[in-house]
Amino acid sequence: MFFQQFFAQVMNGLTLGSTYALIALGYTMVYGILELINFAHSEIYMTGAFVGLIMVTVYKLPFAAALLAGMAGSCILGVIIEKIAYRPLRKATRIAPLISAIGVSIFLQNAALLVFGPQARAFPANFSAAALNFGFVQISSLQLLILVISVLLMIGLHLLIHRTKIGQAMRATAQDKETAQLMGIRIDRVISFTFAIGSALGGAAGVLVGVYFNSADPMMGFFPGLKGFVAAVLGGIGNIPGAMVGGLILGLAEVFGAVYMSQYKDAIAFAVLILILLFKPTGLMGRRIQEKV
Amino acid sequence: MKRMNYYLQVLTVIGINIILAVSLNLVSGFTGQLSLGHATFMGIGAYTATLLALKLHVPFIPSLIFGAAMAAFFGFIIGVPTLRLKGDYLAIATLGFGEIMKNILLNLKITGGPMGLRGIPKVTNIYIVAAAVVVVIFTLNRIMISRVGKSFIAIREDELAAEAMGINTTNYKILAFTIGAFYAGIAGGLFAFLFRYINPNNFGFMKSIEILCMVVLGGMGNTAGAILGAALLTVLPEFLRSVSPLISQYRMVFYGLLLVVMMIVRPQGLLSNTSFYFRRISVEKNAGKGGR
Amino acid sequence: MALLEGKNLTMIFGGLAALDSVDINIEKGEVLSLIGPNGAGKTTLFNLITGVYSPTKGSISFKQKEIKNLKPYDITRMGIARTFQNIRLFGEMSVLDNVIIGQHCRTRTGVFGAILRTSAVKSEEKKVRDRAMEILNFVGLDREAEEKAKNLPYGKQRRLELARALATDPDLMLLDEPAAGMNPQETNELIGLIDRLNDMGKTVLLIEHDMKLVMGISQRIMVLDYGKKIADGPPEKIRNDEKVIRAYLGERSRKEVRAC
Ligand SMILES: Nc1ncnc2c1ncn2[C@@H]1O[C@H](COP(=O)(O)OP(=O)(O)O)[C@@H](O)[C@H]1O
Ligand SMILES: [Mg+2]
Repeated sequence: MFFQQFFAQVMNGLTLGSTYALIALGYTMVYGILELINFAHSEIYMTGAFVGLIMVTVYKLPFAAALLAGMAGSCILGVIIEKIAYRPLRKATRIAPLISAIGVSIFLQNAALLVFGPQARAFPANFSAAALNFGFVQISSLQLLILVISVLLMIGLHLLIHRTKIGQAMRATAQDKETAQLMGIRIDRVISFTFAIGSALGGAAGVLVGVYFNSADPMMGFFPGLKGFVAAVLGGIGNIPGAMVGGLILGLAEVFGAVYMSQYKDAIAFAVLILILLFKPTGLMGRRIQEKV
Repeated sequence: MKRMNYYLQVLTVIGINIILAVSLNLVSGFTGQLSLGHATFMGIGAYTATLLALKLHVPFIPSLIFGAAMAAFFGFIIGVPTLRLKGDYLAIATLGFGEIMKNILLNLKITGGPMGLRGIPKVTNIYIVAAAVVVVIFTLNRIMISRVGKSFIAIREDELAAEAMGINTTNYKILAFTIGAFYAGIAGGLFAFLFRYINPNNFGFMKSIEILCMVVLGGMGNTAGAILGAALLTVLPEFLRSVSPLISQYRMVFYGLLLVVMMIVRPQGLLSNTSFYFRRISVEKNAGKGGR
Repeated sequence: MALLEGKNLTMIFGGLAALDSVDINIEKGEVLSLIGPNGAGKTTLFNLITGVYSPTKGSISFKQKEIKNLKPYDITRMGIARTFQNIRLFGEMSVLDNVIIGQHCRTRTGVFGAILRTSAVKSEEKKVRDRAMEILNFVGLDREAEEKAKNLPYGKQRRLELARALATDPDLMLLDEPAAGMNPQETNELIGLIDRLNDMGKTVLLIEHDMKLVMGISQRIMVLDYGKKIADGPPEKIRNDEKVIRAYLGERSRKEVRAC
């Protein structure tokens, strides 16, 4: 009995955590290259959920197609945001792109509020969960779906970064922009590509969470966005495996923490952030990067 | 007479917003640290002052000052872990802290939960706010022309070089943040004793963004700009509301756009960034042969 | 007794040793030059001494005190000042304010003092300003006192970096390529300036590529190559050191060095 409950909580934690991990990847990839907290990432995630929702409800597409559409929508949005709101500020003071990012976030959130209204939209019923029985443990089919898709996406990202030319260019750019440029890497393209991939992952998280909780609303990005960032810092900002691990740990911490203080569930991530900043600011897997002087 | 009262009320609100804007400007404009939770410190000041006055019958001025001190204390607590690091953790930490604070205020009994606190005596008026604005700007200006203020700006300009000049950048960042929170706490107290009713939503993320917009619009790192920005963004919504109530729905969309557009097109804000205290220095006779 | 003593200094960046077991001694009152090809680890050595990085291995003592784990601002207070190879002025501030900031660690006004502006604060302020003007005079920037630092031409920015470092009232000054981007006349003025600093009792550690400057001004030269010290001695010795010539100067520059 205890074991069953415990197992169910672990599954909840991993499911939640894998969506945090997907969001965290977007933050970490962008931070790795531009040293910018992309505040608009929460709204990129929210956009993914809405695109997926529209595909399912309006166009009656199956889940897989909705997921791809959500990813594509977020991907395009991410690239456009970078072009319009961040690229002109590459040479500006450090605080300028940060303010621009927060501006984009506020803009998108409230534009969505005007378009869709504040109430949450539900996904249709055929997306609800069936319970799968494995002997004496039960897993919801949705949880399994989310876990499998998250893992596949992360494997895909890993291959992309380590086995392809553009992945190599991304790693080089993250390490040293000037040198990468001297080596003939086209920085602007690499940055666009980074936003594209990171945003697509965020969009996937949006669709998955939308289906999981059976709802999408314009403010839905706020807390997952914050938590995705905390997960990225927890793993070591700029570190891709770190973002995955950080997401899972945060998801588990939140689920088990909520058992004791459900009112302050959202505070757990914040407490984690403060603890990390105090005791291990480089994160669990981050290496200390020395600013070149 | 009624019109007159309305204008006085708007003017009073402008004064409170000026205090908020110039204090955020200290943190973000002068010291270069983005805070997204300035309204939270305003809220801490407001709640503390109100509770002192309502429950313990502490007089107005001590309540106000104690509220500000409480805000400063929280600023310090948040600042220590986040400002030790280079980078932009302050933005996220203040964002998270704001939400936690709201959560706490919504759940605590003593703060009245979502209903907030009512029946606060109306003490704040235009004269008190004017006096507060004068005191805040005067002290802020004194700080900014001093060794301390120059250190803040040096940190914004180049943190590493500032350290090489012997500035303990962590301590000075925390100092700027704490002072900023103190002033915001004063504004919060004034706010509570003006509207006589406070609830957690008065001090949420949107209010923080509104204050940031004032600073950005007027010009980061420019006290006169922050004053102008505060005045404009207080009057403008009032004006628009009288034109069409629908427009106020678009307010946040406009704020978002404003932040992006200002950063790209005119990052120095409406006023250019030679703020008045710089000019004051150059007038002083000791400034050298090149002085104008 | 050496003013500064670095032992076995090693700095590794992601597997690459930018500095490899380097010993450095700086005697009080000398001008020591640090030369070596680009990427040899010269700036890294500066960063270790000034606490910007802490060394992977080794120790550094200044005035007989270990400074390896101190923060840059503590080290500045102890009497080491530096300039940066890629100029790092406070661009939006006036030239005068840049030098005033330099005196930060020698002054004490705090928030309450600043608000009250007591007579002690005012007199400190006056002293700081007078001293700043004196320093600007010394480096020849007094007429630009009110200009924004970022609006100065390149050569003057380099001199302002030097003025700002001098304002911290150091015993040891680390100058990272101070003549880079200067024309010959400006370079000559700089040589005069460093000479006068040395006469004032400042010990100088200088990174420089301009051989004429280095040979003329240094009492001693230390050569780094690929993070290793390959030579250390008086200019005449370095000039004729085959290892140095081979490693650092290459065939073509050999004549140049001999010529000066
Ligand atoms: N913060 C850093 N991170 C990684 N590598 C660095 C860093 N700083 C310096 N390096 C590397 O260390 C080596 C020495 O650099 P540096 O000390 O700047 O050389 P120099 O000043 O002699 O031209 C170079 O290969 C450089 O790329
Ligand atoms: Mg160098």
